[in-house]
Amino acid sequence: MTPERSAFRAFVDETVAPRADEFERDERIPDDVYKAVGAHGWWGAVVPASAGGTGFDMRTLAALHEEIGRGCSSLRSLLTVHTMGAYALYRWGSAAAREQWLPDVVTGAARMAFCLTEPQAGSDATMVATTATPDGSDFVLDGVKRWITGGQVADLFLVFARTPRGPAAFLVDARNPGVSRSPISNVLGTRASMLAEVRLTGCRVPGTALVGAAGAGMLVATGALDLGRLSVAAGSCGIIDACLDATVAHTAGRVQGGGLLRDHQLVRAKVSDMLTDLYAARELVSRAARLKDAGDPETINATWVAKYHASTAAMRAATDAVQLHGALGCADGHPVNRYFRDAKVMEIIEGSTQIQQVTIAEHAYRRVPAANASGGAR
Amino acid sequence: MSDDTRATIRQFICGRFPSVSISDTDDIFAIGVATSLFAMELVIFVENTFGFQVPNEELEMANFRSVEAIAALVARQSATVAGGTG
Repeated sequence: MTPERSAFRAFVDETVAPRADEFERDERIPDDVYKAVGAHGWWGAVVPASAGGTGFDMRTLAALHEEIGRGCSSLRSLLTVHTMGAYALYRWGSAAAREQWLPDVVTGAARMAFCLTEPQAGSDATMVATTATPDGSDFVLDGVKRWITGGQVADLFLVFARTPRGPAAFLVDARNPGVSRSPISNVLGTRASMLAEVRLTGCRVPGTALVGAAGAGMLVATGALDLGRLSVAAGSCGIIDACLDATVAHTAGRVQGGGLLRDHQLVRAKVSDMLTDLYAARELVSRAARLKDAGDPETINATWVAKYHASTAAMRAATDAVQLHGALGCADGHPVNRYFRDAKVMEIIEGSTQIQQVTIAEHAYRRVPAANASGGAR
Repeated sequence: MSDDTRATIRQFICGRFPSVSISDTDDIFAIGVATSLFAMELVIFVENTFGFQVPNEELEMANFRSVEAIAALVARQSATVAGGTG
């Protein structure tokens, strides 16, 4: 275990995991936890040190998100969207926006949320209905964003909207009078991720709020979502690890049918599957992260594969963990109950399992001519 | 823009789509070789191969649609760098 991962693990064991069920009941992450994460510089982990961040490489970033995910998927989700926003701001934000926001974003004093999803549009920037109408050097945004992680408490939104030149991303100050938000509560999983619906009504922003260029929204979204996908994949590894910890502890002490559960071969089969899935998922996440660090374009597909495997493996592990805990695993407030509900969310966010299958298969089919590619047979 | 630049770009695209051959002016998105998700791979490739960060004003799909368009982007950025240091 690297020294960095040891530090992440110790933090989670001390500050996050013991309180995760409290966060879940309250449906919020308390300010002291936000500040504790900020004291370590982890809200700015993706931003280079030269720009005031912590500047982790991608493997270290993934280890951080795995360990946080092991303790609390809601906190990991908030870290995911903040990291995506911070990356987009650093990478494609205007000089004025970086100067205004980056110092507070890297410390977590300004909390970011990623506003792509709408009532009728998922993670596809080309399908958003929210409009950004140019008006002089400003843009006026109108539309509704839904299922926005951290939307209840965010100070800064990264909003995707249509412009006459195509999709674009904008930074929107939560204090803008054109912004209103409504909390979304009692969801299946990641209940403390403080979801909200964010409504933009005549929301005027300056031209310097544009992230990238008008028409570049697809590229900004793809870049940020790629990072978010790595984070969710890593967080899913954390869920598997937590399921494994809970399952071996429970089955090692529980007597059924005249013997310990751990001595039943069917129990051992499930535990061995969990451990194997954990190692495999970690390797896939590590591969995707290594490719990012190396600047290899293959990282895009590697991240899809890692997220697909890790999130579905987390669902398998959580299903087995609940099964092996019996009625206890179904009880409100038991951690494996939470892992089960959180794991299902991992199969949906940052590209559903089905979208991943379509995309990964598309990558595989690059090996043969496309039926409708005119250049294919030449 | 140089033939070497075009060849490097063509080699990358054909390496990612081994069964396809394209001309330098083919719009790889329009003819169905690639989806828009491939654009991010192209951005990473260009930045790491040619050693510059694509500036915001150049961050548009039109600059990544063909070997010719990408080579033109590389040429513009090379000129900018040369002009900046000269």
